[in-house]
Amino acid sequence: MDLTLHVWRQKNSKDAGKMETIEAKGISENASFLEMLDTVNENLQKNGKEPIAFDHDCREGICGSCSLVINGEPHGPEYGTTSCQLHMRSFKSGQNIFIEPWRAKAFPVLKDLVVDRSAFDRIQQAGGFISVNTGSPQDANSIPVPKQDADKAFDAAVCIGCGACVAACKNASPMLFMSAKVSQLSLLPQGKPERERRVLAMVDQMKKEGFGNCTNQYECEAACPKEISVEHIARMNREYFRAALREETPKEGHGGE
Amino acid sequence: MNLDSKIPSGPLEGKWEKHKFDMKLVNPANRRKYDVIVVGSGLAGSSAAATLGGLGYNVKCFCFQDSPRRAHSIAAQGGINAAKNYQGDGDSVRRLFYDTIKGGDFRAREANVHRLAEVSRNIIDQCVAQGVPFARDYGGLLDNRSFGGAQVSRTFYARGQTGQQLLLGAYSALNREINRGSVKMYPRTEMLELVMVDGKARGIVVRNLVTGEISSHAAHAVILATGGYGNVFFLSTNAKGCNVTATWRAHKKGAGFANPCYTQIHPTCIPVSGDYQSKLTLMSESLRNDGRVWVPKNKGDTRPAHQIPEEERDYYLERKYPSFGNLAPRDIASRSAKEACDAGLGVGPGGLGVYLDFADSIKRVGEDGIKKKYGNLFHMYQKITAENPYKTPMRIYPAVHYTMGGLWVDYNLMSNIPGLFVLGEANFSDHGANRLGASALMQGLADGYFVIPYTLPNYFAGEKFDKVTAENAAFKEAENEVRSRTKAFLSIKGSRTVDSFHRELGKIMWDKCGMERDKAGLEEALVKIPKLRDEFWQSVKVLGDGESLNQSLEKAGRVADFLEFGELMCRDALHREESCGGHFRTEHQTEDGEAKRNDEQFCYVGVWEHKGMGQKSAVHKEPLVFENVKLATRSYK
Amino acid sequence: MKLCDRLFNSSVGAKMLMAVTGLMLTGFVLAHLSGNLLIFAGAEKFNAYAAGLKSLGALLWVARLGLLGAFVLHVYLAVKLTAENRSARPVKYAHEATIQASFASRYMIHTGLMMAAFIAFHLAHYTFRWTDPSFASLPEGDIYAMVIAGFSSPAVSGFYVLAMLALSFHLCHGVSSVFQTLGLYHGNLNPMTEKLGPIVATIVFVGFSSIPLAVLAGLVK
Repeated sequence: MDLTLHVWRQKNSKDAGKMETIEAKGISENASFLEMLDTVNENLQKNGKEPIAFDHDCREGICGSCSLVINGEPHGPEYGTTSCQLHMRSFKSGQNIFIEPWRAKAFPVLKDLVVDRSAFDRIQQAGGFISVNTGSPQDANSIPVPKQDADKAFDAAVCIGCGACVAACKNASPMLFMSAKVSQLSLLPQGKPERERRVLAMVDQMKKEGFGNCTNQYECEAACPKEISVEHIARMNREYFRAALREETPKEGHGGE
Repeated sequence: MNLDSKIPSGPLEGKWEKHKFDMKLVNPANRRKYDVIVVGSGLAGSSAAATLGGLGYNVKCFCFQDSPRRAHSIAAQGGINAAKNYQGDGDSVRRLFYDTIKGGDFRAREANVHRLAEVSRNIIDQCVAQGVPFARDYGGLLDNRSFGGAQVSRTFYARGQTGQQLLLGAYSALNREINRGSVKMYPRTEMLELVMVDGKARGIVVRNLVTGEISSHAAHAVILATGGYGNVFFLSTNAKGCNVTATWRAHKKGAGFANPCYTQIHPTCIPVSGDYQSKLTLMSESLRNDGRVWVPKNKGDTRPAHQIPEEERDYYLERKYPSFGNLAPRDIASRSAKEACDAGLGVGPGGLGVYLDFADSIKRVGEDGIKKKYGNLFHMYQKITAENPYKTPMRIYPAVHYTMGGLWVDYNLMSNIPGLFVLGEANFSDHGANRLGASALMQGLADGYFVIPYTLPNYFAGEKFDKVTAENAAFKEAENEVRSRTKAFLSIKGSRTVDSFHRELGKIMWDKCGMERDKAGLEEALVKIPKLRDEFWQSVKVLGDGESLNQSLEKAGRVADFLEFGELMCRDALHREESCGGHFRTEHQTEDGEAKRNDEQFCYVGVWEHKGMGQKSAVHKEPLVFENVKLATRSYK
Repeated sequence: MKLCDRLFNSSVGAKMLMAVTGLMLTGFVLAHLSGNLLIFAGAEKFNAYAAGLKSLGALLWVARLGLLGAFVLHVYLAVKLTAENRSARPVKYAHEATIQASFASRYMIHTGLMMAAFIAFHLAHYTFRWTDPSFASLPEGDIYAMVIAGFSSPAVSGFYVLAMLALSFHLCHGVSSVFQTLGLYHGNLNPMTEKLGPIVATIVFVGFSSIPLAVLAGLVK
C-alpha cells in the first residue's frame, strides 16, 4: 500500500519544528506501524536524508516507549493498542497519515517524534512506591489479599507509563497515569500505611511538572493502550480527599530514625 | 586468566549461609564513602541499585532507555520460579536446584544454582511486600502455574505480564532511593567504555544520548546488568535496543566471556511474516500448559487446521516425550519444531510454523477459562496476525530469546577484573547450556536483591582504594577513544545503512549458529563475518551529527560490536565439539536425534580472552565439578 | 490551614471545590426552577411565592451571600484551572481528534462564561429592573405581570431560551462529572450518575424555556 505521511520534524528541543510530507510506497499491510516507519527511514537514508527519530524498544506493547499521535489519536485508531502493535491493515492505501509527538508542556520534544517523559519518573519518585527495605519481609502468604482487590490492583498496575493519557487529554493531564499507581497501591494491604503521603506527594509533583487538570472527559481512557479505567481516577480523588483531611504536614525526609 | 570460582567449602546446602557469615562487612557510616556504578536498570540492575542505595552506598545507575522502567525485563510474560511449595506438590529447594541443573544440561555450577534456588523464596516475599500484584486464588493466597521442564507448580505469575510487574516493583524500590538521594539515575545514557585503573574497574565513559555529551564517571566498583546479546541475530524477541556493547567493551578490557555459544531459542513465537519484520514476538511458554503442539502428518497438507482430522495430525511432542509432552524444555521443543518444518510439515506462509492448538482446552474449561488465563496473549496474537486463536490454532515458530552465555563471574558475581561485577542475563552463571522457563526473572532478582548486597561489601572491605576521579588520565584516554569512534562512524559516509548490516549479520548467525550448528557452517560464518565487518567499516552510512539525539549513530556503535562479538560466538560454537542444551551440533546427536553431550572433554566453562583485534581469542577452561548430582543424559520421555 | 491550601492550590482539591460549588449552584437552579414553574399556577400563587421569599429577610441574605460566594469561587477556579490547562499544551496538534469527550465537556468554560454573562443580564433585567423601562409602570409586588411583560419581547425570550440551552449543556457534563471528581464513580453507581447529568440538563432546559415560550404563545397571560 502507498501512503502520504505528514510527520513532525524538529531538530532538537530548541528548534521550532514543522510538519513535513513524506511518501511511503509499497508498504505491506502486515507490517506494524513502526516497521512502516523503519522502511521509510531506510529510504530516507538512502536518499541522504536523516531518518525520523521516534522512541521504540520492545515492539510488543509493554515497554511503553512508543509514543506517536497518529491522525490525532495517541497510538492511532485501534482501541487498546500501542503504536508498535498497530498494523498497517488498519489503514487504507492512499490515506494521509499525520504523525506527531505527544504534545504537553511537561513532555518537551527532544527530536522529531521523541519527547522527554522524565516528568513521569519524577511523579513516581515523589511517592509511587512502598517503602520496604530489601531483606527478610514476612512470608508472601502471611497476608491474604482478597482476589477481587488483587485483580483490581492488577488492572491498575498494567500501566506502561507511555503517556498516551497526557497526549490524549485536552488539558494534558496525567491523572490516569497517577491514579493507576495510587489505586494499585492503595488497594493492597502492603500499600496502605503510606497511602496518604503517597497521593499528596504525587499530586504536588504533578503540579510542579506543569501538567493540566482533569476535566472528566475520559479521552485518556479511550487512548490508554492498556484500557485502564477512569474509575481509578475517582479512587485517587477519594484517596486525596481522605489524605487532605488526615495527613499532617509531611516532614522533610522520610520519617524519623 | 585467573578463573578461581571462589566456591565456598562445605556441604552444598550450607555454602551460602557459611559464605554470608565469612564475608567482611562495611560499617553503615562508611558505606557512603563508596561509589558504585550500576549499568542497566532491568530486574538485576534496578534491584541492585535500589538495594545498595538502601544500604547507604552512593549509587549511580545508567540506562539507555528514557526511563529505567522500560528495560527489557518488562517484556517477560510467563512467571518466576520459587521453591515455596505452596501447592504441596513435592517442591523443595533441592528440587528446584536439580531441575535447573538438569534443565541446563549439566553445564552450570552447582553452588551458584543451589544459592539461586535458596533465595528464590525470599524474592517472592520481597516482591509481595513491594506491592507486586501476583495472581491469587479465591482464598487470597498466591496462585502458581507449571512451566516447561518441571513437574511441580512453582511458577508465580501476574497474568501474562509477570516481568512487567516485577520490574515495576524494582523500579518503585529504585524510585524510593532516588527520592531519598541515595541513587542518582542517568536515563538516556549509554555506557561506551569501561575504565580500569591499576588493574581494577574504576569507572565508565558514557554518552548522553540526547546531547551527545561524552563524560566519565568514577567509582569503587562497576556493576554491569546489561542483559543478553540475542540481538546479534537481528531478529529475536529482544527489544530493539538490547545490545552487547557494555559487556563487549568490558571483554575487550580483559573480562573473560564465558560460553557465548549458549543461546536459547524459544519454541513459542509468532512466525516471521515478511522481510520488513523488525523483531519477533514471544507467546509465553505458559501457553503450552493448555495448548497442544501439532503439525499435519502428511507433507504439503494445505487444508485449514480445522479440516485436518485428528488421525492425520502429529502431536509430536506428546508422541516423542510422553511424560513431559507439550511441557518439554525449550531447547527440545524448539528443535522438534524445526525438525518438523525441515521435514516439510510446517504450516503457514513459508512453511515455517507449527500449530499450538487450544481447541481441547477450550472444550474443557470454555473460552472464558482460557481468556482468564491468557487473554492478553491471545489478544496480542490476534493483533499481530489478524487471526483469531480461539477459533483457529495459533501458528508458532522458535525464535532467539535468551542468552545463557555472558561475562564470566565467580561465586561472588565478580568477573576476572577486580571491581567489575556482572548480574542477570549479562553473566553466564546459573543456567548452564539452557535456561528453564520462569528462571530468568528469578536469577535477575536473586543477583540484585540477595547476592550483590552481600558480596560487594566483601570486596570493598578487603581492598585498599587509591583516590581516583574522572580527571584521571585513564578516563581521558577512554573518552578520546569513544570520541574518535563516534567520529569514525560519522565520517565513513558510505552507501549502506546500519540496519542492512545488522540484518545481514543476523542472517549469517541464524543460518550458521542458530538452532543447529555444524563445523562447515561455523567455519563459513567465520569467513563471512570478518568480511562483513570490513565492509561495515568501509561503507556504513550514518547521517546527522554526534552532538544531538542520533539513533543511527547509537545503532552503529551497537552493530559494530555485534560484528565483533558474532565471530567469538561462532568460534565458541565451533570449539565445543558436543551438543548440550541450546548448543546443538549436528555432528553430535544420538540416533533418535537428541543432544549428545561429551562430559569427558567438555564438562567445563569455556572462557574467552580477547587478544586484540585481528588476533584469535584464546579459550580458558573452568572445570565444572558435580558432587551432588549425577551427570545423566537428560530425558524428558 | 493545610487543608485549605490543599483544596485551593492542588489540582485535585481545586476540582473538588469546583464540584461542590457547582453542586450548590445546581441546587439553586433547581430550586429557582421549581419556584418559577408556579407561574403556571396563576398570578396569585406566583406573587405569593415571591412575597414569601422576600419575607425571609436575613435568611434570604445568607442564602444570597452563600450563592454569591459559591458563584465567585466557581468562576474564579474555572478561569484559573482553564488557564493552567491551556498552558499545559503550548503547541497544538496539527491534526486534532476527539475520541470520546462529549461536546458539552469540551465547551464548559464557554458555556460557563455565557452563564456568567447571562446572570448579569438576568439580574439587571428582573432583579434590578434596569433594562426594561416598562417595568416601572407595573404595580409593586406584581412579579407575575413583570415576567409576562419581560417575556413578551421575542428577542428577550429568544435570548433566555438560548441561555438555557447553554446552561443545560453546562449541567449535562457538570452534574455527571461531580461524582467522578468527588470520587463517587463506581461500577454499580455509574450507569445512574452518567445519566443524571443529561436528565438534570433536560429538566432545566425544558422547565425554564417553557416560561418564555408559554408567554410568547399566549398560554400564560
